[in-house]
Amino acid sequence: MEKKKKIKNRVIFIISVILITAFLLLLQRLLVPKYVDGIVEGAFIEEYYREDKDFNVVFLGDCEVYENFSTVKLWDDYGINSYIRGSAEQYIWQSYYLLEDTLYYEKPDVVVFNIQSLQFSESQNEAYNRMSIEGMRWSPAKVGSILASMKEGEHFIEYVFPILRYHTRWSELTGDDFKYMFRKKPVTFNGYYMRVDVKPAENIPNPRPLGDYSFGDNAWKYLDKIVEKCDREGVELLLIKAPSLYPYWYPEWDEQVVKYAEEHGLRYINFLDHTDEIGIDYSKDTYDAGLHMNLSGAEKCSAYIGRILRDEFGVESRRGEEKLEKAWDAERAAYNAEIERQTEVYGLK
Amino acid sequence: MLLTSYEFIGFLALVIIINYLCPKKARKYFLLAASVLFYATAGLWGLLYIGAITVLVYISSRLIGKNQEAYAVWAKENKAVLPKEQRKAYREKQAGKRLLFLTVAVILCLGVMVIGRIPGLIAPMGLSFYTLQALGYLIDVNRENIKPERNFFKLSLFIGFFPQLVQGPISRYEELAPSLFEGRDFDIKNISLGVWRIMWGFFKKLVIADRLFSGVQTITSDTSKYRGAYILVLMILFSLELYADFSGGIDIVIGTAKALGIDVQENFIRPYFSKSLKEYWRRWHITMCNWFRNYLFYSVSTAKWLQKFSKFCRKRMGEAFGKRLPLYVATFIVWGATGLWHGFTWNYFVWGLSNWFILMLSEELEPVYEKIRGHIPFADKLPYRLFQMGRTFLLVCCMNLFDCYSSVGDTLGMFGSIFTEGNFGILFDGSLAGIGYSLSDAVIIAAGLLIMLCVSLLQRKGSVRERILRLAPPARYALFTCLLVAVLLFGIYGVGYDSTQFIYNRF
Amino acid sequence: MAQMDKLMEILTDLHPEIDFETQDGLMDKAILDSMDIVHLVTEIGDEFDVTISAKDLLPENFNSAQAIFEMIERLEEE
Repeated sequence: MEKKKKIKNRVIFIISVILITAFLLLLQRLLVPKYVDGIVEGAFIEEYYREDKDFNVVFLGDCEVYENFSTVKLWDDYGINSYIRGSAEQYIWQSYYLLEDTLYYEKPDVVVFNIQSLQFSESQNEAYNRMSIEGMRWSPAKVGSILASMKEGEHFIEYVFPILRYHTRWSELTGDDFKYMFRKKPVTFNGYYMRVDVKPAENIPNPRPLGDYSFGDNAWKYLDKIVEKCDREGVELLLIKAPSLYPYWYPEWDEQVVKYAEEHGLRYINFLDHTDEIGIDYSKDTYDAGLHMNLSGAEKCSAYIGRILRDEFGVESRRGEEKLEKAWDAERAAYNAEIERQTEVYGLK
Repeated sequence: MLLTSYEFIGFLALVIIINYLCPKKARKYFLLAASVLFYATAGLWGLLYIGAITVLVYISSRLIGKNQEAYAVWAKENKAVLPKEQRKAYREKQAGKRLLFLTVAVILCLGVMVIGRIPGLIAPMGLSFYTLQALGYLIDVNRENIKPERNFFKLSLFIGFFPQLVQGPISRYEELAPSLFEGRDFDIKNISLGVWRIMWGFFKKLVIADRLFSGVQTITSDTSKYRGAYILVLMILFSLELYADFSGGIDIVIGTAKALGIDVQENFIRPYFSKSLKEYWRRWHITMCNWFRNYLFYSVSTAKWLQKFSKFCRKRMGEAFGKRLPLYVATFIVWGATGLWHGFTWNYFVWGLSNWFILMLSEELEPVYEKIRGHIPFADKLPYRLFQMGRTFLLVCCMNLFDCYSSVGDTLGMFGSIFTEGNFGILFDGSLAGIGYSLSDAVIIAAGLLIMLCVSLLQRKGSVRERILRLAPPARYALFTCLLVAVLLFGIYGVGYDSTQFIYNRF
Repeated sequence: MAQMDKLMEILTDLHPEIDFETQDGLMDKAILDSMDIVHLVTEIGDEFDVTISAKDLLPENFNSAQAIFEMIERLEEE
């Protein structure tokens, strides 16, 4: 009799533990930001895992990649199957670990890395850390990225259990938090975040002279690691600087990158030097006065980089692969629908 | 390591597991190692202070113990041989010798404590708590209440037992030592009781105290804007915060010890339900009060010079007053010391003395009260008791103001403004919304305080946790989940919040 | 027994409302507070010619009239 009771209690205990854990996990899902409207940048990293992951070209970097290159355009014009693993203010160590993460799944022909993030040698903002890291699947790369990114006052465990980070969101929950608890709607097109509206670039603030133009040791260290990793895996690396007028890209910075590229035998393209060739019109091709390209600007940049990828890096067209064609057809349909929707929203018709 | 940090939770989980994996006899050594590690995370130089105190107390307690043993042997041998006078003389000589050892050690230890707490330097964590605990042990040895501990490591564990290092309680050797050194076996009940207690401490500290903090900070940070009725609000908010914070921390300490099978003495018994200030000091920070009573008040009041002074006074100033005066002197010393122990500032000194003054005044007025009570027909009924509690609570709130401001002038000025400012309208016109609480803060604080009040009321009929553990398992687990979720969601912690240090950590 | 009567007189003077013949736990239950204890030390010191020192101020010596009396007898021995 006594023994029976003991077993019964043990069963109740185990069931309770399972139920409580499940409840807490649901609670966590509910409280974590969904990034489906307003600030959508936090959703980018995660969307990669839905793909088939056999891309020829993978972009790494911050807003200067995910807003400036249209993956749909690259497919349409060159048959290049690409993905942009970009996130807001992605720091260079985060790019490195995203590279590691990508290489778990696939081996692209070319990795394009935007070197703007060389200017930061340590994480500047906890919120950006979150948006670049949280979407990653658990792997040694994610752990490495967290450890490399944490600012003072951040705790590793808050990445493991994000409820600890977002527990105060109970007072800000909206319908979307319930709606997208389990399945989110995609917000990018293979990592490309589209904007169609226009805000001409005028009155660009004058650059503030800096005391020291040299990049930090930590930033260099991770650039080295990116180069080494690509080398070891037999992936070609293309360094770029996207054509954003602001934040200002100092010539002193550019010199350092040029020198580094020469020393390591890498191709480096500063789009700012080729704006005429690309055909960028800063009165039409940007949606925020020169910070980022809009759809028109992004398509021009894609046309330009696509040619280089094809001609210099020999990335082959995969047009004709039935499965890919199908996937891109669907992507293009969504892309066009989004153009339609945004044109209406911004009153451009 | 704050008691509410992730690090502490992780550390605690490891310590509990390893503790029970250790052989029974090794557990005390493991706990000592864990304590040293715990203390080292707060800064290695802090180990220097606690090490110095431990060595000082160990050596002097052994010297005193040896002398006691030698005297006992001598007394036995000479009992029948020597005349009473001679034996008495020798006894007093030896007692004097021991007193010398004690005095030197006490002065040295207090010296260490004073050095560690020079204003402007960062005080080593818990210094004033473990110093008192160590001195209490030494005095108990000298009074022959306990035998000195021969094992240095055991004494070190007693002085440095890690949960107590942050903010007490100040344990007595005879109460803590048995369970501390026994290395009790794993008992699921102890774990349950301990974990519940820790969670409850987290609730009080993170949900109630840390949320109250912002209002307290707003009011105290601007002495020109927030005056008058705001001060009335402040002293109540601060007193609630102080209780939730301090007793919540103690809950975590006692719960931690409990989970390790160690019994630590209670430090609070619903102090805000006290009906007089005297009663309050028996229910608030009990272990500190016991310490000052046992080791300072009793020592001073039975000292020969004071007894002589007492005789002198009675002859010269009349029986009634002459009898009281020495007591007032002794209590004055005790309350002055209590004030200074909280901090070497005039503010705390005056705080101590105002406690002394009110306690002595009510002692003197007791006959008058008695008479008044005789004329009130409901003097032993609930409404009158509630009145007494409210009055005592307000009195305590007033004195807690000394803890809110850093100078006596500010404290008294702010207190005075309650009566001169005449801005009681702010209590009703919505101005209070501006002191830093959002609507959700206010709701959480109100609900938290209500829960704390209910638990206090339930506590009067015995341990709430014991009753919870008697519930059917599903109900018990559901209740625990509620508490856990409340702490998780409504607690103040993590990025965006500077975890306020435990208010009592400083002392 | 005259000694015991003297003690009872001191105690009843201090707290007329308490029945010291039967009451126990005087110190444990804080029926006598620290001030009362010190009063007693002075009074007993006067009446009995013994010196009660701080180390004697323990609950087991003060919990009942009988205990106090036994303590006095022991101190007189010394």
